[in-house]
Amino acid sequence: MQATQPRFKTRRLWQFHGGIHVPDEKALSNAGTVEPTPCPKFLILPLQQHIGAPANPIVKVGDRVLKGQVIAEPRGYVCAPVHASSSGTVIAIEDRPVPHPSGLSAPCVVIETDGRETWAELPEPLTDYESLDPAVLRDRVRACGVVGMGGASFPTSVKLNPGKDHPIHTLVINGAECEPYITCDDLLMRERSGDVLQGVRILLHLLGARQCLIGIEDNKPGAIESMRLARAESDIKDRVEIVAIPTLYPSGGEKQLIKVLTGREVPSHGIPAQIGIVCQNVGTAAAVADAVLLGRPLIERYVTVTGRAVAKPSNLNVRVGTPAADLIAQCGGLRDDLRKLVCGGPMMGFEIDSQAIPITKAANCLLALTHAESPDPGPALPCIRCGRCADACPASLLPQQLYWYARSKDLDRVQDYNLFDCIECGCCAHVCPSHIPLVQYYRYAKTESWAREQEKKKADHAKARHTAKLERQERQERERQAKLRTKKEAAKDKPAAKGEAVPSTEDPKKAAIEAARQRAAAKKAALAEQGVVPKNTEDLGAAQQQQVAAAQARRRAVGLGESEAKAGPEAQATEQPSQPTQTKATGPKAATASEEQA
Amino acid sequence: MTGVVVSSPHSARINRVDRVMLQVILALIPGILAMTWLFGWGLLINMGLAVTFAIAAEALVMRLRGRPALPAISDLTAVVTAVLFAIAVPPILPWWLTLIGILFAIVVVKQLYGGLGYNPFNPAMAAYVLLLISYPVAMTTWLPPQMLADQTLTFGDSLRAIFLGLAPGGTWDAVTAATPLGEMRTQLGVNRMIDEIRQSPLWGDFGGRGWEWVGNWFLLGGIYLIWKRIITWHIPVAFIAGLLVMAGMFWALDPQTHPFPAFHLFSGGAILGAFFIATDPVTACTTKKGQLIFGAAIGALVFVIRTWGGYPDAVAFAVLLMNIAAPTIDYYTQPRVFGHQRGS
Repeated sequence: MQATQPRFKTRRLWQFHGGIHVPDEKALSNAGTVEPTPCPKFLILPLQQHIGAPANPIVKVGDRVLKGQVIAEPRGYVCAPVHASSSGTVIAIEDRPVPHPSGLSAPCVVIETDGRETWAELPEPLTDYESLDPAVLRDRVRACGVVGMGGASFPTSVKLNPGKDHPIHTLVINGAECEPYITCDDLLMRERSGDVLQGVRILLHLLGARQCLIGIEDNKPGAIESMRLARAESDIKDRVEIVAIPTLYPSGGEKQLIKVLTGREVPSHGIPAQIGIVCQNVGTAAAVADAVLLGRPLIERYVTVTGRAVAKPSNLNVRVGTPAADLIAQCGGLRDDLRKLVCGGPMMGFEIDSQAIPITKAANCLLALTHAESPDPGPALPCIRCGRCADACPASLLPQQLYWYARSKDLDRVQDYNLFDCIECGCCAHVCPSHIPLVQYYRYAKTESWAREQEKKKADHAKARHTAKLERQERQERERQAKLRTKKEAAKDKPAAKGEAVPSTEDPKKAAIEAARQRAAAKKAALAEQGVVPKNTEDLGAAQQQQVAAAQARRRAVGLGESEAKAGPEAQATEQPSQPTQTKATGPKAATASEEQA
Repeated sequence: MTGVVVSSPHSARINRVDRVMLQVILALIPGILAMTWLFGWGLLINMGLAVTFAIAAEALVMRLRGRPALPAISDLTAVVTAVLFAIAVPPILPWWLTLIGILFAIVVVKQLYGGLGYNPFNPAMAAYVLLLISYPVAMTTWLPPQMLADQTLTFGDSLRAIFLGLAPGGTWDAVTAATPLGEMRTQLGVNRMIDEIRQSPLWGDFGGRGWEWVGNWFLLGGIYLIWKRIITWHIPVAFIAGLLVMAGMFWALDPQTHPFPAFHLFSGGAILGAFFIATDPVTACTTKKGQLIFGAAIGALVFVIRTWGGYPDAVAFAVLLMNIAAPTIDYYTQPRVFGHQRGS
């Protein structure tokens, strides 16, 4: 091998900071071959098996579905359809426990299988894909429901569309499989190396990338050998390199693998496309090949069922939607000293409390750990600031500082220390001598920060609205004042220019108001001559008159004059009988009423 | 199933605080044996007292704080503090000074600041400095190494000295001696030249006779700690470099008023300080760059205080001074985070 491929020996590899050596435990499950699984009685297909919006179910309870048929359509761009992974009848569309760290339930389509495995009509194979536009291929990948199979389950078609701003020069294929225990990618590379290479060929064409680097940790010699053979037989061997990388957790992290293979760092908060790289899992590459060359949707995947609490650790080829209990039963069931059941690997997986959860497109491993394998870390001691976490952190963070500020809920400081560059790989918690559940604190702080961000957005929105309202009211007030002022000035000018002012008024409405005003003024003047001060109490009933008189008597008793006792616009009205318009504008009802009566 | 779902990772933890502390104690054993051989039983008696007081004080405070005492005691951090304290003080220190020192270290310096992990100052060194300032005579009354002693103290003599304050033969002058650092300081203080001073049989190849070989054994333990990855090389190497550079510079300028750099390194608490005291994780810097600055500054300060300060040895003062600076140094020496531009 080496003689024909001297380049492998000379390729320079880079290192990322930190990382840890953990017992890989691959030997438990990497012997033998991938076993088929019998079709389960029931398939539980979550509508959200990917990052993004949940898919929209397009079948009804009672519908008969065929294997490979779309049962839920994507809703939005970042989404993926869901296909029936066997034929049968839809018996429920309801919330079921799903593999999720929260342990909550989510909407699922439940199919009772008929055991006949009748295929739906699949889309045409696109064997001459090199003559096709990348957009057509992306649509096929999307229609087949392909998502990232390394664990993140990001819709692959979206990742394959980096846009014109980001020309892609390198495709990185992730065969590192750095999590301990998991061997499904190892088996995939050993058994389906040809399909992986086909997938690579399609992806290279689709992305217009120059080269492909396939990174595999050197604890998988079988996979490396098999992939090298497949490469040698492939017609793209000049553009593809199989690179054995040192075994060091978490070298299979996307950003870490890119660093190891190319020396480039994906910018913080950025994506690999920004440095001209797209990274896909080996399983995803095989799924792309299936989608394009066979028209087969993603309805099956390899799953490792392992851990010392499982009787016969194995790798299984599983229909998406198969309940975990079926896989465990096929592997001989669980032993008595089971401590926990984990979906995913021991470093980043999450504990599941129900065997009813289904296998999803992203579920690579079911891990049954014994007490010896996953002992209770005991109560956390105080942090002694030893800095082992910082030595182990692959993102070069200072985990002890993050912990300090996360614990004191200082969300600003925790972000100053770049909380969001944390990939939650668990290295820090693994090496912590105080057994502090560090990752838990970081997840908490991230969730709190997101929540606060939302709150802040809401508050900012409300504040903006409030400010706009105040401005509007101020503006209206200003306009009103301006109107009043012009009116007042008009009223003031009038006595001087009485003769010509009236006929010159253009607006008949204004003229009418002017006439009414003059009438009122004349009447008031006449009343004043008679010595009557205008009051708004003239036509009240006898009882009310008495009450008014009594009130005025009380006022006099406490030494208040009639006009002094009144405040505000009413007082103005009394003091300035010659300008009734002002009273009207500010509008106390009684004054208006008396005006009208007058 | 456990019932309580905990976050990843689910792997077994590979380190434990008590195991780390046990390794530190193991690494101190060669140095302790060497000192016991040179200075008699006093060190071991002091150590027994200090450890007992420390455990009692820790248990008492934890009880007052309404927290379980057992985990705090079994993490062995108080024991390490007590052992380091006992190594640092003279082997015939009266028992009640050990009591005062340990109570101050555990109750005030450690627990009043919040207990393990929260104390800004190294408890053993803070206690040492408290006693040195308050009881300078008792704290500088050392025994000569056995090859220079007219009369070595038996186990009974040591017990009587520590518990009753009784000198063997009735007078202390016959059995005590200044440390090489103290002697050098006194002699330089009366304007004698190094060549003259070194005529005395007190001096060995480069340090005080007997004394100069204690450091080796602590060095051995320190290398063990680095090998076991309990500590990293950064602080000790920077400490030693800081001390040697300062001492070497002044020695090169005037070798008659400044002792040979190796004298500084293998006298007093320099090696012990470099590997076991400055590396206390709680009170030291945590970033690698910060640790280099922290260690180098302590080394330089040790020379400065020894040469121009008021006390013959300076490790405790230098460590405490840099303890204050550690958080600031950490703040300004944060590593570049993955995917960030340098300097941003």
